[in-house]
Amino acid sequence: MHVLVDNAGTFAHGLYVTLQLCLLAGIGALVIGTVLAAMRISPVPPLRWLGTAYVTVVRNTPLTIVFFVAAFALPQIGVGADFLKIPLLEQVFVRLGTDLPFFRLAVVALAVYTAAFVCEALRAGVNAVQPGQAEAGRSLGLTFLQNLRLIVLPQAGQATAVPLGSVIIAMIKNSALAGIFGVAGDLMQTSDDLSSLGQATVPIFIGVSVGYLILTVPLGLLLDHVERRQAVSR
Amino acid sequence: MKTAEASVLYDAPGPRARRLTVVTSVVVGALLAYALYAWVYQPLADKGQFTHEKWGALVDPSDENFPLVWQRLGIGFRNTLTAAALSIVASVVLGTALAVLRFRLADVARGPRPRLGAAGRRPAFGRVPVVLRYWCERALGLVTRVFVEFFRGIPVLITIFFTARILPEYGVRLSPLYFLVIGLTLYNMVVIGEILRSGMANLPRGQKEAADAIGLSPLQTIVSILLPQSYRVMLPALISQVVVVLKDTSLGFVISYEEVLRIGGQIIQSLSNPIQVYIVIAVIYILINYLISRLAVYVQRRVARGRKTPPGAVVPRVAVPDTAPGVGAAV
Repeated sequence: MHVLVDNAGTFAHGLYVTLQLCLLAGIGALVIGTVLAAMRISPVPPLRWLGTAYVTVVRNTPLTIVFFVAAFALPQIGVGADFLKIPLLEQVFVRLGTDLPFFRLAVVALAVYTAAFVCEALRAGVNAVQPGQAEAGRSLGLTFLQNLRLIVLPQAGQATAVPLGSVIIAMIKNSALAGIFGVAGDLMQTSDDLSSLGQATVPIFIGVSVGYLILTVPLGLLLDHVERRQAVSR
Repeated sequence: MKTAEASVLYDAPGPRARRLTVVTSVVVGALLAYALYAWVYQPLADKGQFTHEKWGALVDPSDENFPLVWQRLGIGFRNTLTAAALSIVASVVLGTALAVLRFRLADVARGPRPRLGAAGRRPAFGRVPVVLRYWCERALGLVTRVFVEFFRGIPVLITIFFTARILPEYGVRLSPLYFLVIGLTLYNMVVIGEILRSGMANLPRGQKEAADAIGLSPLQTIVSILLPQSYRVMLPALISQVVVVLKDTSLGFVISYEEVLRIGGQIIQSLSNPIQVYIVIAVIYILINYLISRLAVYVQRRVARGRKTPPGAVVPRVAVPDTAPGVGAAV
């Protein structure tokens, strides 16, 4: 077990990198997913088609392919997601500003992939609002956007929380793939590194698992709590 | 269905709104097409990504590499499907066992706690086995709970990767296929187990009470009354999980399993056309998974229709939970 004690700092740093990756990708996924959800419920048919096509394609593609394209194919044609070198953000998330594009590309890949699931979680929330609510809004003469903003979305928030949380938990777990695709020093890559150095594998497995459990279990407990409260209020 | 759920939010568009939609769609569509041309097509074309040299081996049957490339991709997909099929079967079998075990153990935990004797009475030592068994079952309940939370909370990539690293250290030497299957099964049996368990927990209580009333043992109640209904109710979620397994099979490349993406990598090494190969593989994946997802939707409709069968109809009524629990892990 001394591997764990000796490398506690390395694991902590891995956790920190994974956390950064998840935070950035999570924000990106929420933004893109919200736009997609808005497209999928909008009254404009072409927007709906576009949103549906995106969700269908991304949900049925393995994340591995998305990462392969992001990490191997895109750099070949000179794409490095440089738009993520945002001045102030770069100071906080140092990895965004590095010359190697892998961290930025991993953020993009995770965000693009997770967005489809965020969209579906949001849409499920909107659909869970009783139809009478939106109908009443319409009968008052509210437009589509007013109806969404004033009537539907405030009520959809509750029904959205749990599925959205599950999506985020899944994203945290999916972020492990980034370590395979060139993001140095995240939890996965750290464990890969240590075990290739010929260290005992079981403690490393325990260490990296604890790292991910630190990120996923509290979120899961929070969701259980929210779910139980909702069950009571219903 | 799509229009039905959308139309709650807005009025059916009138002639003016429809005209506006068409006009803006055409304009925006044209702009979008131009943007795609300028920002995606043009840079790709400048880098020579649309040449016959890049695509020929994949789409042109007369190309000299075409037969070999597709033969290799065929092998890759066969390996992918083999791993997925084995994992799914193993996950369903073990997941069912886990669900039955956990459901039974939860029942035990809820039930009365056996004591050696009532307060103030002499302890009856004949009851020692009963008490012992009770505490063993409680301990087993805790162990299964930790097992479930552990494997649900860590990435499946980690399970696969460390299965292939740890097992050989203990002298278990298997081909990568079995490491992949074990890794995938550890995660998915837990997910499927939880799906089935919540299916059983959400059945109307009368089902279990009726089974108790006709004298079935707890295990008989679970296996012959609750479990079959749980399968039926949860079939859509189970089918969705098949898509997840199929997608996760692609993680086999990290332990050098020759699934389709790894073979794609080999093709790329000799033909150096990564974008094209990944697009082709992605399209095939999407087609397969899309068909399975449609199946899930179809089954969901069938199950929902079963719920609407009026009482007294010839079709036997199947109990369905009031609210289908969300299956968050199916991502």
